Amino acid sequence: MADYKLIGKNYTTPDILAKVTGRAKYAEDFRAEGMLFTKLLVSPMPHARVRRMDTSAAMAMPGVEAILTADDLPEAEAPQEAGLTNEPLYEGEPILAIAAVDEETAAEAVEAVQIDFEPLPFVLDPMDSLRPGGPNARLDGNTMAGRDLSTIKWDNVDWNEFDRGIMPLGGEVTDEWQVGDVEAGFAEADLILDESVFSASLSHQPLETRTAMAYWQNGKCYMHCSTQSTARTEAGMARWIGIDPTDLVLITEYCGGGFGSKISSSIQARIPALLSRKVGRPVMMRVTRQEENFFGRARPGIQARAKFGFKSDGRIVAIDLTMVQDGGPYGRSGDYMSCADQASLMYQPEHMRVRGMTVYTNTPPRGAQRAPGGVQAVAMFAPVVDKAARQLGVDRLDIIHTNAPQGQALFGRPRQGRQGNVSSAFPKEAIDKAREEFDWEGMKARSGQRNGSKVTGVGVAISSYSAGTSGVDGLLVIRPDSMVEIHTGVGNLGTESFSDTSRAAMEALDTPWEQAEVVWGDTSKHLPWSAIQGGSQTTHGHTRSNWAAGLEAKKRLQEIAADRFGGSPDSFDVADGRVFRRGNRGQAMTFGQAAERAIQLGGIYDGSQLPEDLNEMTTRSARALAGRGLVVAAKDNFETGGRNMSFCIGFAEVEVDTETGAVVLKDYKVASDAGTVLHPQNFAGQVHGGGIQGFGVALGQKWVMDPQWGLHVAKRFYSNRPPTILDAPHDQEMAWNNADLPDPFNPLGAKGIGEAPVGAGAGAVLNAISDALGGNVDFNRSPIMGDMILTMLNPELEEAHNKLSTHV
Amino acid sequence: MGDVAGTQVQTTTEQQGVSRRGFIKGVIATGASVSASNYVLRSGHGVALAQAPGAVERLVTLNVNGQQRRVDVMPQETLAMTLRYKLGLTGTKIGCDRAECGACTVLVDGVPQYSCSTLTHQVRGREVQTIEGLEGADGTLHPVQQAVVDLQGFQCAFCMPGFVMNMVALTNENPDATRGECAHHLAGNICRCIDYNKILNVAEKACEYTRNGMRS
Repeated sequence: MADYKLIGKNYTTPDILAKVTGRAKYAEDFRAEGMLFTKLLVSPMPHARVRRMDTSAAMAMPGVEAILTADDLPEAEAPQEAGLTNEPLYEGEPILAIAAVDEETAAEAVEAVQIDFEPLPFVLDPMDSLRPGGPNARLDGNTMAGRDLSTIKWDNVDWNEFDRGIMPLGGEVTDEWQVGDVEAGFAEADLILDESVFSASLSHQPLETRTAMAYWQNGKCYMHCSTQSTARTEAGMARWIGIDPTDLVLITEYCGGGFGSKISSSIQARIPALLSRKVGRPVMMRVTRQEENFFGRARPGIQARAKFGFKSDGRIVAIDLTMVQDGGPYGRSGDYMSCADQASLMYQPEHMRVRGMTVYTNTPPRGAQRAPGGVQAVAMFAPVVDKAARQLGVDRLDIIHTNAPQGQALFGRPRQGRQGNVSSAFPKEAIDKAREEFDWEGMKARSGQRNGSKVTGVGVAISSYSAGTSGVDGLLVIRPDSMVEIHTGVGNLGTESFSDTSRAAMEALDTPWEQAEVVWGDTSKHLPWSAIQGGSQTTHGHTRSNWAAGLEAKKRLQEIAADRFGGSPDSFDVADGRVFRRGNRGQAMTFGQAAERAIQLGGIYDGSQLPEDLNEMTTRSARALAGRGLVVAAKDNFETGGRNMSFCIGFAEVEVDTETGAVVLKDYKVASDAGTVLHPQNFAGQVHGGGIQGFGVALGQKWVMDPQWGLHVAKRFYSNRPPTILDAPHDQEMAWNNADLPDPFNPLGAKGIGEAPVGAGAGAVLNAISDALGGNVDFNRSPIMGDMILTMLNPELEEAHNKLSTHV
Repeated sequence: MGDVAGTQVQTTTEQQGVSRRGFIKGVIATGASVSASNYVLRSGHGVALAQAPGAVERLVTLNVNGQQRRVDVMPQETLAMTLRYKLGLTGTKIGCDRAECGACTVLVDGVPQYSCSTLTHQVRGREVQTIEGLEGADGTLHPVQQAVVDLQGFQCAFCMPGFVMNMVALTNENPDATRGECAHHLAGNICRCIDYNKILNVAEKACEYTRNGMRS
């Protein structure tokens, strides 16, 4: 590892003091003079049409100020949503909003609205919609074929097979790709496993709901909303509200979690903005926990048939996948495609065929959730690979190592007949390091140990996911007071990458962090174009952009010093907040002096003249900052070398009670290949937090829906069961390590780490549960519930449901 | 904690003339109980200030973070709403409004309580402490806060005020707590970034700072 002064060191982020003293303001913490509150009327049915609506009694109530219905909104182009609708496609979909002087009055007014709903056919399980004569979730179809809504039914498959828990093959799908020749691949395999597998839908459930408050002042809309990204929320939110982005001021310094559900905020945030415009007063929309469960997004479940062909040494030669994704009622989420891509990356089969589709259902809308598709890939396929290792007599860590990618490996769906490559892959090195440090042999020795009715199981799983983008901008101002103001449009949802990546600029300037001031979270403060704060894009993307801005600033400082003292710019260096002549530190300018000189020089020094390759938003912001000091805007033009991917390998130890089916997680360790670590404390938070989020996938976080009425049964924390602190190991601290091999296509070697940890946690726990039960068990389903374990152990018990059923 | 708090809700509300059923009905009806602040009082548009016979007094004095605060409180108003919308103390967060997540945890006479499920009228005559009341006047952080800063604790931090207040109670009651005891003490709080490993590191560090005599 390179010897950095800031990168890789722990430090105090600029937001934490405000958070820990309660001064940090999230969306619901803002107030504005004359603020109204709005409440939503949401659909009580999974699919219906509003036949008649009478709002007169509600509007006549004292204190009621305004109403917003779907008729006030431009119609959304199917299959997108508008935020309010007259044809609700899931229970809890907002139909109208009423603003009143206080929330209680608004709620009473909502109660006073008379609506006549016409119930329409609904479907909860995608497979029910594929059955001949089965209902469609939408009146205009049950899937997207290319860019068109269409209806597909599987007339030609054996539905009796499905009723026995076997995913039928041969039905029409909307997406298909192949590399190599899967049939030839299976012909050379020594072992073929052909499994039907299922991964359940689950809600994101950030602790802060998607509350929003908006008001208008002098023609501009001020929006306080919960969003993961700042720069990348502006354009979409402005479009939703129907204004120019320059007329929107977004204040989003703190976001209470998103996990992919608030990448660019959410369309419902426009409701208070539009109500506020209508009534001329600020409007607060407090989204309740139950509403968050309804329209706060969810990871799509996938029902699949997975056929894997192995050589006797565990090498995977062929994979054939057929996947049906639960699409919810809106959008085009393609988790199943990234699911296939990640399987291709993790297992590197020479031959692979993928067939898949999304089927719409009358369940909450889906969206990207932390490693979308990647988590489902691990949850569905890691147990298959684990089972093969047992049957082949191969060590379960070795089989992961054998198949793991190396270097710039090819993977995924071919484009123009060719697969793309990963920018770097060192999971084999990560495994080698972890095998020793985590004592894999010692873990294995504890497998099967009994303590009364409790049995120990150990499991390991690999997970991969995207880890960075490129081509975004850096923007900084060196001020006359010598401070370096680093502007970032990256959002702050707690990963701290808005700050961690800003350190790249100070590293380039070889100047202490204390001299930096990060400006973030408010578009009126002139932010540069930035990556989305999602898909682990920012760590890689913004170390690049801030390194570019840092180097550019250094160059300008050298030029200013050369102009002042004579000689070539190259004879000057920059460190500790000064630019000085090499070998004669007496000839020096402080950053403040250089900034003053930059203002005098103007042009390329004070931001009056900007590079032409900047993204438009950055140009706008840099122009606004021009003249305040040495203003530097730079686009990341560093070389790229493929898709950035990070890897995690999770090691879990569980105790399964064979009498009760209860699972207790005793220990979890995680190894990673995520390039250079920027900030170890935050990195640990990502790999462990993500891992525990994966425990939720494996151990019980899910929806339950009433099949007769299409309504949610588990819509609150206590019933849909996200992990609690007692679900995480708490006898000792959890361990982690990183391969510490820099990504060759990042100037600092950095890759993102938000995504891959989740799958690793899920897969390791699923495999550990199987291990505790002696291996060779085929739950083939996540989450694994206690009743599934008891049914497995007691063959006389009847299974509670079809292995492929959704929302049970 | 849940059982104890539940019992307190019942007895105290009965004493003060608000039935438990009425309270729950009010909360269900609004989804969030009352939401007035000084400039959006419900009484401002036709609901008379004068209460029905037997109703509780509206204008009360609360002891919050060592200060006496006069505040106009609806009978069914929760402490979380009073703190956030009438006293300007938005550090206390509402994550679920139903005693599931613990984000709204504050200390009442030193005992951690879910303020979303505590009636403001219940805390009359008691000492309420919120996250805003931890920092010393000179900016000195409480040992729990210092542990958070030193270990870069929490991520999005929406759960943090609740966890921190519960940890304050922990360090007061049992600064010798083991990691497992910390986990059990904090089991009424949910973190959705699920940074539990680091949260337990923070709890242990806070206990250590307390044992070593940092101000608390």
